Amino acid sequence: MALQSLDIARRSATTTPSPSVRQTTEVAKLIDVSTCIGCKACQAACMEWNDIRDPVGWNLGMYDNPVNLTENSWTVMRFSEFEENGKLEWLIRKDGCMHCADPGCLKACPAPGAIIQYANGIVDFHEENCIGCGYCITGCPFNVPRISKKDGKAYKCTLCSDRVAVGQAPACVKACPTGAIQYGSKEQMKDYAATRVKDLNERGYKNAGLYDPQGVGGTHVMYVLHHADRPQLYSGLPAEPSVSPLVGLWKGIAKPLATATMALVGIASLFHYITKGPNEVSKETEKEVEKEDAA
Amino acid sequence: MIRDPKDLKRYTAHERANHWVVGMSFILLALSGLALFHPLFWPLTNLFGGGTWTRILHPFIGVLMAFSFLALYHRFKALNEMTPTDWEWVGRVKEMVDGDDHNMPEQGKYNGGQKLLFWALAVCVLLLFVSGIPLWRAFFDPPVGLARLAAVVHAVAASVMIGLITVHVYAAIWVKGTIRAMWYGTVTRAWARQHHRAWYRQVTGK
Repeated sequence: MALQSLDIARRSATTTPSPSVRQTTEVAKLIDVSTCIGCKACQAACMEWNDIRDPVGWNLGMYDNPVNLTENSWTVMRFSEFEENGKLEWLIRKDGCMHCADPGCLKACPAPGAIIQYANGIVDFHEENCIGCGYCITGCPFNVPRISKKDGKAYKCTLCSDRVAVGQAPACVKACPTGAIQYGSKEQMKDYAATRVKDLNERGYKNAGLYDPQGVGGTHVMYVLHHADRPQLYSGLPAEPSVSPLVGLWKGIAKPLATATMALVGIASLFHYITKGPNEVSKETEKEVEKEDAA
Repeated sequence: MIRDPKDLKRYTAHERANHWVVGMSFILLALSGLALFHPLFWPLTNLFGGGTWTRILHPFIGVLMAFSFLALYHRFKALNEMTPTDWEWVGRVKEMVDGDDHNMPEQGKYNGGQKLLFWALAVCVLLLFVSGIPLWRAFFDPPVGLARLAAVVHAVAASVMIGLITVHVYAAIWVKGTIRAMWYGTVTRAWARQHHRAWYRQVTGK
């Protein structure tokens, strides 16, 4: 929520260029699922740094706690048990905002400046401009934003934009005890991921790979997956996420088309009046009516 | 109010009140809805006390319009059934638009264009009401696929309805002596004879 006002790539509901004189390096967070031990230190660090607390919830017979992202829990570890060839694998994924290069939330948002994409790739919600309509939820391909019951505003992971702005790594990265969460420039993270993928390949994970889905232009939170061919195994991580064509229609062509059509109907009416003149009761009819009434 | 004892009563006070509840709620809905549709119209949120108030108020006004339109629909649906003459009128609408309506087929209380508009508006209001529910995040939490479909349907139905209402309002302005029917309920005999001759014969017996 820090106002890094000179390096804005995109601003919601804004049709003119945003302040963008400052060019910054694209950053990324890399989550190596294969070295995650599920300790939830990242969740605790997120709560600590952002100073947000979910109320104590319920144990639903699973490790996920809380069971879903909320306005107070911007990251959640999702645990899934996967059995194949008599072998059990515990696939743990740190869920949260992916900071898409082509963000569906920002595309859908009707409130100017409520969603900002910085030149460094971070997609940030500015809650003071949020009107609480929930269009960001409709636009998001990853089911991430949550509307608060308390204030009706939308919340999600900021990628610690306030820390990143002053050259710090996100809080979750700092807290990870195994180095499963890495942070740096997007290029660095891709290079690092390549070494991890190579290592996993050598250890028998033939389909290991980087999750940086191009359907949303790539993301600024990426995963190293041992089963990159089947991302759905990781608690429903979408295989080919993209901004829904319906959202594209609604927030794309429909806007200028509908506006132009409505304006045209109004203008056509005005010019019809000017060219054809008003449709008045004719003198002839008035006379006939008088005649009929007299009879 | 009777301006002239010979004037013909076209709408009762209840019908007029019902129409204006729909009309006012439509105007508020169009302004607040456009504000959330395209950044061009965002300044319209100021009329409602800001963006958040616009988001809060729009669906409540929507419910008001849906129910007041339902009442209007029941009042007028029987009068809006299309007849073969109406279809003939619609087929020759170009003459009407060109400003020469003297040879148009005789029309009852409503002409074919008004009747088609009535049904088109009914469809729009139904679509807007149904698609508005999944968009009302304050009270509903729909599956995301449904919310996306609803957003498109809502936007399309709203744009069509704004276009139809523009035509409706313009027609009332264009055809002189019409608007008073919705203000104080009466029209002149000459107006009725020229535009709705069959209705004129029916109510005057001439």
